[in-house]
Amino acid sequence: MNAQTLRQNGGVVALIAILLFNAAFTPNFLQLQTLFVNISQVATIAIVAMGMTLVIATGGIDLSVGAIMALSGAMAPLIFQSEFGTAYPALGLTAAFVFPLIVACMCGLFNGALISVLRVQPIIATLILFISGRGIAQVLTNGNLQTFKNPAFSYLGTGKVLGLPFQGWLALAIAVVLFWVVKRTSFGRYLLAVGGNEKAAQLSGGPVKTVKIGAYVICAFLSGIAGLIVVAINSASDAARNGNLMELDAIAAAVVGGALLQGGRAPIFGAILGAIIIQLVKYTLLANGVEDEVALIAKAFIIVLAVYVQQARKE
Amino acid sequence: MQPLVSMHGINKAFSGVPALQSASLEVAPGEVHGLIGQNGAGKSTFIKVLTGVYRRDAGTVQFDGHDSTVTCPRDAQATGIATIYQELNLVPLRSVTENVTLGYEPKRMGVLIDWPKAHRRTREILSRFGIDIDVRAPLGSYSTAIQQLVAIARAVSLDAKLVIMDEPTSSLDANEVETLFGVIRGLRDAGVSVLYVSHFLDELFAVCDRVTIMRDGQTVGTRNIGETSKLGLIADMLGRNPEDIEAAGMTEFGGGQAKLGEILLEAKGVSTGNRLLEFDLTVHRGEIVGLGGLLGAGRTEAARAIFGVDALTKGAMTFKGAPSAPANPSDAINEGIGFLTEDRKAEGIVPDMSVRENLTLALLPKLTKNGQIDRAQEKELVEGYIKSLGIKTADMDQPIRELSGGNQQKVLLARWLATEPDLLILDEPTRGVDVGAKLEIQAIIRDYVDKGFGVVLISSEFEELVEGADRIVVLQDGYSVSELQNPGITENALVKAIAHHYEREAAE
Ligand SMILES: Nc1ncnc2c1ncn2[C@@H]1O[C@H](COP(=O)(O)OP(=O)(O)OP(=O)(O)O)[C@@H](O)[C@H]1O
Ligand SMILES: [Mg+2]
Repeated sequence: MNAQTLRQNGGVVALIAILLFNAAFTPNFLQLQTLFVNISQVATIAIVAMGMTLVIATGGIDLSVGAIMALSGAMAPLIFQSEFGTAYPALGLTAAFVFPLIVACMCGLFNGALISVLRVQPIIATLILFISGRGIAQVLTNGNLQTFKNPAFSYLGTGKVLGLPFQGWLALAIAVVLFWVVKRTSFGRYLLAVGGNEKAAQLSGGPVKTVKIGAYVICAFLSGIAGLIVVAINSASDAARNGNLMELDAIAAAVVGGALLQGGRAPIFGAILGAIIIQLVKYTLLANGVEDEVALIAKAFIIVLAVYVQQARKE
Repeated sequence: MQPLVSMHGINKAFSGVPALQSASLEVAPGEVHGLIGQNGAGKSTFIKVLTGVYRRDAGTVQFDGHDSTVTCPRDAQATGIATIYQELNLVPLRSVTENVTLGYEPKRMGVLIDWPKAHRRTREILSRFGIDIDVRAPLGSYSTAIQQLVAIARAVSLDAKLVIMDEPTSSLDANEVETLFGVIRGLRDAGVSVLYVSHFLDELFAVCDRVTIMRDGQTVGTRNIGETSKLGLIADMLGRNPEDIEAAGMTEFGGGQAKLGEILLEAKGVSTGNRLLEFDLTVHRGEIVGLGGLLGAGRTEAARAIFGVDALTKGAMTFKGAPSAPANPSDAINEGIGFLTEDRKAEGIVPDMSVRENLTLALLPKLTKNGQIDRAQEKELVEGYIKSLGIKTADMDQPIRELSGGNQQKVLLARWLATEPDLLILDEPTRGVDVGAKLEIQAIIRDYVDKGFGVVLISSEFEELVEGADRIVVLQDGYSVSELQNPGITENALVKAIAHHYEREAAE
């Protein structure tokens, strides 16, 4: 294998290396239970990372994904445990999905409008919700951990389809849809054009503002879903911890998956691959007794490596 | 005498497709050496092998008597090769001074940049080219021509043994080209060699001592300029007999015989700020209207106003009989206007997207049904344009950045032809396009207006304007000042009209 193909398939090679390492050294790695744990963990990262990939494709970045997860996650139990929700369980359950996601989309609209209409730098614009979003979530829940028992809602995080976790299938379905959007629709085409050369896209009649706002809305929507999944897995919502540091995982996964930070590329399945790698690295370190802090350093190292490989690839 | 540069048997392939095949080149010290060939012949690639942008697959390179050890552009600069690449690699958001002195900033106390000195030096360097601009302003705020001159000025100021210029005059007008020639002759007198790439054969006869001709990645030969002719060079480039070419004739677009239709566009007293102050223009169906003027006269600004890029602060336009005030390009496109921009890299191509995706970018709304792009129709259309414009590309899914400059230009022209606008504004449509393709493009434009569409043509080449336009509107300092009607326009008349000083009543 020459250097070129190694670089282009760096992600796959890394994944195989991690799997081999674990098979050899991590106790109990080759068991179904390990697979389930990892799939249910990786699904949330992957879902957010795909949204992040779209945002990065426009040349932007979204730091608010973790906060939006916390916000949507905090709202769901409040809704189905409310008087209304207990009186009409079916309606309550529907509302517990719909309203948090609407709020998430509005967060995305807010980010997108700041960035494309008011021309605020993406890092600054999304920092606003990064800080305030989790705050609002904590205010909503009075800073308490809310536990609940609601099997129907928890299906989102604990259900199984064909023996595999439901959220894994959900992530896959989202990937298929987004892949189609990027490859086949004019929205996808404009998305890449805006990231590749915004001026050229605009002078060719591209709806630059709409496309950018769209990317942030989709990203926020997906973060909202991920927030609900985390709450469903735990049967509890913890506004302080839900989605904490998710922005880093998602950015790392997107970049490892081949997204270029300057924009113009949207490898959707790459984001899933990146999410799997990030999750497996976490798992490997955890399973081998390495401390959390060290795991963070390892993650940072992966990001640096991925960016380095990208730079070399550009030549 | 020992050559300064000697390259032999150079091979270079991109993912299996050869771009250079045992190409060779020798440049003598103190010589101005031309390098010519059709679009995609391999000129830019050859240069990039010399300057270490690309690694050669085979062959030897000697510079100044030694085997060259250059592996990256910085090495090349250190050994005395200064290069102006075809796609300028300047930093538009940075000031003119930063761009000119980048890497060679005058320092104070070893670390701090001595800005006053840097600005002063930049002004000095630019003054050789007769440019007097605010060197603190971002480079991107100036026209393509100024940017090109800044790139040249920077390269010339580097004290190099060899200065390479890849199509340096593609956005310059006759005056600026003359200034450049003065500088090139100065370099030659100082013993510096110049490698000069251009599609303008007249330029070669004006400054070059020898010319090397390339065809399909190979060097066909080197000629002393005194012992060859334009026809001879073209024959070498195409690999055909001079007699056949002569027989086929050197057709051009032939302005002035158009049958005019109804009025398509009418602009009255249009202003968009201090670069375009009062602009009148009428374009009929079936007519090519040229815009003439010096650098900064407001030609590009006029185009931007019509296309809705810059909002009007004064005046009004009617298009197809109805008032027109497009708020953005997308409005303008919907009304039936197209605008091929001058700056290919900054405003034209999306580098990582394929030829196909770039070509259909402006057409996307029409190719889309229920949000989904009609791929079959897209492919068919792209295939048609690749054929009719002779675009040299491995396949339509090749990233456009991998195409040669002239071929990128053809893709962008196709992008706008494909939208079939009623009014097509062309800002330097044949920029970087080779002699043969230029005639073809001019013929395509003429065909286009003959179908009853209108064209506004901006060109820094007087010849293209004089021969191509049915009418030329001359701009000066943001005002449209006079009009020339074909047939009967000569280059002299145009130059006179452009240079004539028009008195304007005070604006107050
Ligand atoms: N990075 C690249 N990847 C793939 N192909 C390339 C790359 N760069 C150049 N080529 C191909 O090599 C050939 C020569 O290109 P080159 O840019 O050297 O032409 P040129 O003579 O400078 O043409 P022009 O007059 O249009 O500037 C072209 O067919 C082009 O498509
Ligand atoms: Mg070239």
